[in-house]
Amino acid sequence: MRLVVVGNGMAGSRLVSEVRARDPHIRITVFGAESCRPYNRVLLSNVLAGGSRPEQVRLLDASWYDANRVTAVFGSAVAHIDRETRHVVTDDGRREPYDLLVLATGSDAIVPPIPGVERAIPFRTLDDCERILQAAEKTGRAVVVGGGLLGVEAARGLAGRGLPVTLLHLAGHLMERQLDVEAGEVLGETLAGLGIRTRTGVIAAGVDEDGVRLDSGELVEADLVVLACGVRPVTNLAAEAGLEVRRGVVVDDELRTDDPSIFAIGECAEHDGTVYGLVAPAWEQAAVAADVITGGKALYRGSRLVTRLKAKSVELAAMGETQLGEEHAEVVRFSHRARGTYRKLVIRDGRLVGAILLGESDAVGTLTQLFDRGGPVPGDRAGLLFPGLASAPVTDSPTLMPDAAKVCHCNNVTKGQIRACWEAGARDVAGVAAATRATTGCGTCRDAVEGIVGWLCSQEGIQEGASV
Amino acid sequence: MSEPVKTHCPYCALQCGMEIGPEMGPEMGTGLTIAARTDTPANASGALCQKGWTAGELLTNGARLTTPLLHGEPVAWDVALDYVADRVSALRAEHGPDAVAVFGGGGLTNEKAYALGKFARVALGTSQIDYNGRFCMSSAAAASLRAFGMDRGMPFPITDLAEADVVLLAGGNVAETMPPFVRHLSGPRLIVIDPRRTQTARLAWLHLQPAPGTDLALALGLLHLAVAEDLVDEAYVAARTTGFEEVRTSLASWWPERVERITGVPVYRMRQAVRALAAAGNAYVLTGRGAEQHAKGTDTVTAFINLALALGLPGTHGSGYGCVTGQGNGQGGREHGQKADQLPGYRKIDDPAAREHVAGVWGIPAEDIPGPGRSAYELLDALGTPDGPKALLLFGSNPIVSAPDSERVAARIGALDLLVVCDVVMSETAVLADVVFPVTQWAEETGTMTNLEGRVLLRRRAVPPPPGVRSDLDVIAGLAERLGHRFATDPGEVFDELRRASAGGPADYSGITYERIADETGVFWPCPSPEHPGTPRPFLDSFATPDGRARFLPVQHRPAAEEPDDDYPVYLSTGRVLAHYQSGAQTRRIAPLVRAAPEPYVELHPDLAEQLDIAAGDVVRVSSRRGETKAVARISDAIRRDTVFMPFHWEGANRLTNPALDPTSRMPEFKVCAVRVERLS
Repeated sequence: MRLVVVGNGMAGSRLVSEVRARDPHIRITVFGAESCRPYNRVLLSNVLAGGSRPEQVRLLDASWYDANRVTAVFGSAVAHIDRETRHVVTDDGRREPYDLLVLATGSDAIVPPIPGVERAIPFRTLDDCERILQAAEKTGRAVVVGGGLLGVEAARGLAGRGLPVTLLHLAGHLMERQLDVEAGEVLGETLAGLGIRTRTGVIAAGVDEDGVRLDSGELVEADLVVLACGVRPVTNLAAEAGLEVRRGVVVDDELRTDDPSIFAIGECAEHDGTVYGLVAPAWEQAAVAADVITGGKALYRGSRLVTRLKAKSVELAAMGETQLGEEHAEVVRFSHRARGTYRKLVIRDGRLVGAILLGESDAVGTLTQLFDRGGPVPGDRAGLLFPGLASAPVTDSPTLMPDAAKVCHCNNVTKGQIRACWEAGARDVAGVAAATRATTGCGTCRDAVEGIVGWLCSQEGIQEGASV
Repeated sequence: MSEPVKTHCPYCALQCGMEIGPEMGPEMGTGLTIAARTDTPANASGALCQKGWTAGELLTNGARLTTPLLHGEPVAWDVALDYVADRVSALRAEHGPDAVAVFGGGGLTNEKAYALGKFARVALGTSQIDYNGRFCMSSAAAASLRAFGMDRGMPFPITDLAEADVVLLAGGNVAETMPPFVRHLSGPRLIVIDPRRTQTARLAWLHLQPAPGTDLALALGLLHLAVAEDLVDEAYVAARTTGFEEVRTSLASWWPERVERITGVPVYRMRQAVRALAAAGNAYVLTGRGAEQHAKGTDTVTAFINLALALGLPGTHGSGYGCVTGQGNGQGGREHGQKADQLPGYRKIDDPAAREHVAGVWGIPAEDIPGPGRSAYELLDALGTPDGPKALLLFGSNPIVSAPDSERVAARIGALDLLVVCDVVMSETAVLADVVFPVTQWAEETGTMTNLEGRVLLRRRAVPPPPGVRSDLDVIAGLAERLGHRFATDPGEVFDELRRASAGGPADYSGITYERIADETGVFWPCPSPEHPGTPRPFLDSFATPDGRARFLPVQHRPAAEEPDDDYPVYLSTGRVLAHYQSGAQTRRIAPLVRAAPEPYVELHPDLAEQLDIAAGDVVRVSSRRGETKAVARISDAIRRDTVFMPFHWEGANRLTNPALDPTSRMPEFKVCAVRVERLS
């Protein structure tokens, strides 16, 4: 069997690894338009921010392909699919036969058709990233056009390198696909504290030498303009081959297109009316497609969307239907804007269907997993938002502790036993330890035993340490 | 007894030093006083836990076995030994030598473990020998071997921990399992990884609470952060390790936000943990069974070792990686040949040079030593099957309680033609035996134990055994004699032979003598000659690999063998409580310990309890695909909402656990499976 994969990005490279892990024999050829080995696009914002170096985001070692007998063709775009003879043809004329074909062509950055836009750099590929970094080295001010997830990460990264950054956004609040109005505003305030000025509800009309011209005529000064205006699925190859394409290449639950020998996964694919733009769904699709290709029976039923901002000092998680208000669902909300905290739970039919967590929170892991698994939401909603609230430490004051309270866990000694021991004449920790073994295990109860003995002595006006 | 006798606690791998004297102590009725020694570093401050203080009760306890039993009836020793030897000979004649299997334990002295391995290979000629340490230390051992070339649980003295700035403990609850250990952790900042807020986690500066079965992802996320934040000790990595580049590439798939979604541990908490570890002048990474008892336990430990290596910890003064060995002789027990693939001195049974050396000591041709046999669970699962063993000789283990999928194991044991059990008390497994031999316990015998540090210690006889009780060494020698072989019964004589057999191996004991142990209160292996001082920190100059460098190995997280679903919607994790040890055969017969922890329970979060309409004290049924058991509900917000916990010291919990095995270590997945919990009306 000959498997050909078009696209060697996050989805394509994952599929190749998943297929090889399941089947050592299938002949695999993968074509990548970029000239380098696959890298983790999620980590590009780390590269922009200076946390990771470009070589640290590679997903596979150069030796991997030989070791796993996978033919990888870099820097070669597939131009045509010949479905009749089952071949793909590259733009440099190479013909490669396939039995099964996977399209993982991803998406392209949207470049708005405005005058001077060629002066701006889109933020999409590792090459883009390196161009931005080179430009940032010799620049004073930066403007990021687009306040979605990627735009916010780019702005944060550039601000972290010491550049004053202005973030321009068309919609009324930042990340409007993931956040409600208030969360968008709190995020803007948090970014402001990190040196990022946010302008929402503005339209970039052109890019010139001095910066970005808004449609109002106002100039937002910049030496570096970065575009993060969204992405568009790359579907021309599929469309030209006559496959069904709507917004993306239409696939069924096996990730097959309407040609059963051709699959599509990742950002170029449209499943059940949805085109996903995140990595997790692409990897879930890659696993299912790999299973089907190797004879398994897996099915893809859609993905739950969790968006996690990767930006230093900005903790933000958003999942599911975050926009819903009280009229459509049960909403639990906590807002403390002075601290950059905003938390929202959206609950319907006793299940968590959406959440926003802005600001550091120990709830993020629990809530993400509750959302992912679709399990019932506990009755104590506040406990979900504020872990640890319910388990405020009980007082270990000797006065208030009941006699049955265990003081020494290692030797199973209660306060009552220590009191009895005191009544029998022990007046210090050593005396209590000799009689009960309290404090002789891990030793962490020593202060508590001392406290109880001291309290008993003071109650009776007896000097501590004066054992009888 | 006129003078107090210096010995060690019978229970965990800390092997606290204790003195047994004649007077009455506060644990009335034992006729003995137990005092904590102050010359043994593990508990030098005079610490013992309740298990240690009350250990003397089992010496005089009425539950003690004092006569051999044949089909439940008391018989003379010769009758029982003759019977076993005859049956073993008949089964061997009919089915071949592998028809007889031997199962040992990590609580046996080095002398017993050595004699048992030799007995299997020489007197029985069987390859079918393994031991319960497979359920305990095998994942950490396999990971240490492949990273460092040698497995000495903690390759440093325990007292070094106190000098560290940070200690990360992954899947260990020492405050419960070995309380005096905690005294060594009072100095450093403690980071604990555990799905429960355990007694140990309560002491921690930072507690990370991942979903069961996701420790591997968490370790990868921590290492990803170490790389992303430039915290890697590049000079150390270049000088002392190999393989980092491949690991670095493999980490690109484990960015922290992805790991957060898998583990439930917030990214900022991971960041705190890594930064604290990296900022520390001295730091240790330790793993326990929580990280290890998984079908991916070896890779999980490897991921934590990779983290320690990236931060430049192992093999340096004051820092390192170690595993916290559990059973009393869990370290020595895995070194001297009761493991299916191993010969004395931590030698490999398929290594021709190792076979030659050991065959020379045993006085047999090397080709007479059988090859590797089945691992513990696979061995138990093969009992009484057409290709499997027909007889089992069991020493120091209670698999009816302690093996995974225990009802299946019970059925296999039930299919045997012959079950022989050596034990101190009538354990759940001994009840099923054709023949039971009553054997000596800690204070009644002499021998060596190797504690969690790799320090070889001397267990000394303080009291005579009750009449009718003999050592496991006597049972082995008695059977060997009837099969035509002479085996020593004196522990000193056995130890001298062990020293010769271990000479030149990784765990070289040849320079260690009882006298030296007594004089030096323990000797660290390897100790290749009487003049050699022993090796407290074996990796300071180089690792035990061929090139002297530690090996990074790329590993990938994968889900547990069984994840919750609609039918079995919550995770079960199993573990220990302070008052009991292992299968509870000893501790469930000691009154103060039973008062402290009288019955099996299941711990669940208040929110889960509310959903299931369960109140504290309710009797609930816990069921998995493999079986079900009853337990009393305890409600606690110290556990995750998606997880319940059961202690495994009583028969029941292991009816539920999943025997999915680690491909390398053959460790069963004790720490995670899917269950359903229901209130019984």
